[in-house]
Amino acid sequence: MSADVAIGTKREAAATVIHPAWVRICHWINAVAILVMIGSGWQIYDASPLFDFTFPRQIALGNWLAGALLWHFAAMWVLVINGIVYVTLGIVTGRFRRKLLPISPREIFADAKAALTFRLSHDDLSHYNAIQRVLYAGIILTGVVIVLSGLSIWKPVQFQELTAFFGGYDTARYVHFFAMATIVGFLIVHITLALIVPKSLRAMVAGR
Amino acid sequence: MRNRKIIPGVDQKLLIKDAATLMPEPTRRMFLRSAATLGALTFLTGCDIIDGDTAENLLRKVSSFNDGAQALLFSRTKLAPTFPESAITKPFPFNAYYDEDEAPEIDGKTYKLEISGLVENKKPWTLDELYKLPEVSQITRHVCVEGWSAIGSWQGARLSDFLQRIGADTRAKYVWFKCAEGYTNTIDMPTALHPQTQMTFKYHNRILPRAYGYPIKIRIPTKLGFKNPKYVVAMEVTNTDKGGYWENQGYNWFSGL
Repeated sequence: MSADVAIGTKREAAATVIHPAWVRICHWINAVAILVMIGSGWQIYDASPLFDFTFPRQIALGNWLAGALLWHFAAMWVLVINGIVYVTLGIVTGRFRRKLLPISPREIFADAKAALTFRLSHDDLSHYNAIQRVLYAGIILTGVVIVLSGLSIWKPVQFQELTAFFGGYDTARYVHFFAMATIVGFLIVHITLALIVPKSLRAMVAGR
Repeated sequence: MRNRKIIPGVDQKLLIKDAATLMPEPTRRMFLRSAATLGALTFLTGCDIIDGDTAENLLRKVSSFNDGAQALLFSRTKLAPTFPESAITKPFPFNAYYDEDEAPEIDGKTYKLEISGLVENKKPWTLDELYKLPEVSQITRHVCVEGWSAIGSWQGARLSDFLQRIGADTRAKYVWFKCAEGYTNTIDMPTALHPQTQMTFKYHNRILPRAYGYPIKIRIPTKLGFKNPKYVVAMEVTNTDKGGYWENQGYNWFSGL
């Protein structure tokens, strides 16, 4: 009898796994890599700012340009390899399709209205609302853009076709910057909501 | 250029770094370590790339790995994009770790380019002799490690032609350049032999002005700006990596574009 209960609980537990291990591992590796990329990227930006502001040195990584570049081009490998693993598994396992699709403008509009009036529920963590779907799909696409625009700045001769696709070297720098700004904007919302709904954070650590 | 206002800030730190670089290696390490231990000279540790030797060593190892990755990516035949005259950046920026009025002033009449290393003919070259070499021209983008870029027009001799003329062993790994102010640079042989790598004598069809590296700049449109030495006075074909001014301070060695 008690054994039956135990088995039942186990099955239930298996069924309620929200994030499989590969998602959690990729998520946290990505979290570290992207913070290093952003922090060092700010320091690199400061060497030749695109706008009339610089990032405070206290929050920029690497102490000076050379250090920042060392960090940036080391974390780059972690970000890209982890990103390729994540996107491949996301497609192959069908997780992206199940979790992120379909994205319908009507639903986004309805859920955006609910979110703005604080009536959008996060109760069922295994199901993404339209806002989550569009944001998570959008941030994956932004990840692709930031990597490709980064490659086009790093290698404007060897990858000159890619650089041309982004409108040339100078324009690609702006694309890279705005992709960073998009990710930072996403992170502010993402981390705020994870703190407001702590069980979502627990799910990304423990899986459920 | 916006970068100008940043350079003075970088300068002071480099001055201290330079002071440390001038010391023999063991002294230098002890110097930095004791400074860190004392904590009294915290501004010195601020020059360290990051805190801790282990992390710095690891980052430098990844940077060496990146040298290899970039060498693999480098194509001997892929040319840097070229631009029309109308795209030239005016004025083309002066850029160095010192101010323009501190740039070396070289007397062209007495100037000689010293040749050494794995070459058959080590005879020094005068400017008149160099100016007689077949001229090539390019309008390409100069990309600075800081991120900004500028398009310029350069004329001179193909470095690969020159290396052939002096009987250089092109199986050697590196070409090392020394500049009048003490700046140094090492480049890989495949880049030295790239068709666009140029011994530059002219900027926009006029004798190279002092600001742009008179009398010789090595123009390499497949590398970042700091790998394009100016005021070049000596060249060596070698199998020993002798590093370079910025590379020794942490900039990536290959720095290919």
